Amino acid sequence: MIISVASGKGGTGKTLVATSLALSLKDGHKVMVQDCDVEEPNDHIILKPVITDREPVFNLVPRVDEEKCTYCGTCARVCAFNAIAVINEHVLVFPQMCHGCGACSYLCPEKVITEIPKEIGVVERGEADGISFVQGVLTIGEAMAPPVIRKVKEYSNNDYTIIRDVSPGTSCPVVESIKGSDFCLLVTEPTPFGLNDLILAVETVKELGIPCGIVINRAGVGDSKVADYCVKEGIPLLLNIPLSTDIASLYSRGIPLVEGMPQWRDSFIKLEKQIKEIVSERNSNPQR
Amino acid sequence: MKEIVILSGKGGTGKTSVVGSLAVLVKNKVLVDCDVDAADLHLLLNPETKEDNEFWSGQTAVIDENKCIQCGLCQDICRFHAIKNYKVDPLSCEGCGFCSHICKVEAITMQDNLSGYWFVSDTKYGPLVHARLNIAEENSGKLVAEVRKQARQIAEKQNSDYIISDGPPGIGCPVISSLSGARIALLVTEPTLSGIHDLERVISVCRHFGIPAMVCINKYDINLDNSHQIENFCQKQGVYVIARIPFDTVVTEAIVHGMPVVEYSPESKVTGELQNMWVNVLDFIT
Ligand code: SF4
Ligand code: SF4
Repeated sequence: MIISVASGKGGTGKTLVATSLALSLKDGHKVMVQDCDVEEPNDHIILKPVITDREPVFNLVPRVDEEKCTYCGTCARVCAFNAIAVINEHVLVFPQMCHGCGACSYLCPEKVITEIPKEIGVVERGEADGISFVQGVLTIGEAMAPPVIRKVKEYSNNDYTIIRDVSPGTSCPVVESIKGSDFCLLVTEPTPFGLNDLILAVETVKELGIPCGIVINRAGVGDSKVADYCVKEGIPLLLNIPLSTDIASLYSRGIPLVEGMPQWRDSFIKLEKQIKEIVSERNSNPQR
Repeated sequence: MKEIVILSGKGGTGKTSVVGSLAVLVKNKVLVDCDVDAADLHLLLNPETKEDNEFWSGQTAVIDENKCIQCGLCQDICRFHAIKNYKVDPLSCEGCGFCSHICKVEAITMQDNLSGYWFVSDTKYGPLVHARLNIAEENSGKLVAEVRKQARQIAEKQNSDYIISDGPPGIGCPVISSLSGARIALLVTEPTLSGIHDLERVISVCRHFGIPAMVCINKYDINLDNSHQIENFCQKQGVYVIARIPFDTVVTEAIVHGMPVVEYSPESKVTGELQNMWVNVLDFIT
């Protein structure tokens, strides 16, 4: 089972929930954490994995052999991302804008474009206290997160309960991360910002046809509109984590919640059970 | 006219509350929300929308099943595995158009995407340009570029001194798009280990693109050790820490009331520190 932990709004406690869930489940399950928030991966701060393997992620970008190029301009015409331009007797490539689709090299009538790998990030693997750990790290200055996310997802394995940390927002990196998961936990906070972004996140997972449930973090801090929204939309509110200086202080020091406050372990074990029920009910009732 | 972009790397550090307060403190400016996939600034500024524009960007492949002879070439060449059983999955298609160029029977056409909307609104603090990326859309970077362009045009017309821009979280495509050509980046962080980690990455991004950065530590008193660590790190990097905002529940209360905190609680320490912060920014850029 793959459980994605997403949030719409950033900083609501995604990392707190993902790591607590993983640490609570690890005694009864084979657990894998996949940190797909490749722009700002944070799970490693809490889980402190020993990284044993690093694999670079490449994007294939064109290189033109200008000796043989006739400057016909085909490559520039077919590139949908303006990543290659022919100006007078020169071909310019803008690697940051290239999606690595391969159109230009394939369609070049002179066959003078080759593709060279350009490193855009790295996938790191290791172990954290019995948890299998995978994270993607986007290289500074690179724009394209999805290829790094896809690489992390390649390590998915049915033997594991996979907890996948997703970047904030609702755009392409979020969709890429959530795609293919069985359930999406949405972590929010009870403020107008939290609600506004939660509604967008719910629309996103609905678009993908994935069941979701909600965790309210810092419960008590704002108003009750998030809880009202859950009731109205019929989305299960699975867990409330109260606003607490103890929890915030543990987090700020990088100490796992379930280590500092072991009483929380049961709540997360129960959370997983609820998720499992929702998923299996849905699988036996797929039209819903 | 000078553009100041507020970034944070990590989400939820208080970026939008800082921008909302600058909306009150800074005179003669245009506001722009570059966090186009989870825009929140409008919730503080109570805008009245004057202009509502469609944003078309990017394309998606569509296969005409009447023309398709099921040769399978497109499925083989699509690097994004977007074509299965001679159908395109729009959520996977990146719109590169490769398939449409190679289809022997011309069964594939590229259709434009309505990626979102952008708005020009009036607020009592000045004009606000904001946007809404459609769910699950790509091209957030391009929409950011669009709202910034609109904001610049308004600023030129009105002879504004500043553009204040609420940036997106992260360090990827929309962040890069919101940084280019800005005068300065103001980075809002918090003293947690993840806050520090993400700050380091966003400082590197600013350096990579040659944009000077300044740091505001929000909730600095929730973990003083970490705050000192941020200060030491910034000093080594040659980045000024220009504000240390204490933790105070008035910040959340202000959000619940839909108001900038400096207006909701003008006497609070938070407000005092935000005022100082703006004086420090002014010192730096003038
Ligand atoms: S590989 Fe695709 S995106 Fe990259 S330059 Fe060639 S046509 Fe453009
Ligand atoms: S346009 Fe590109 S990404 Fe979309 S289906 Fe065709 S080849 Fe694949």
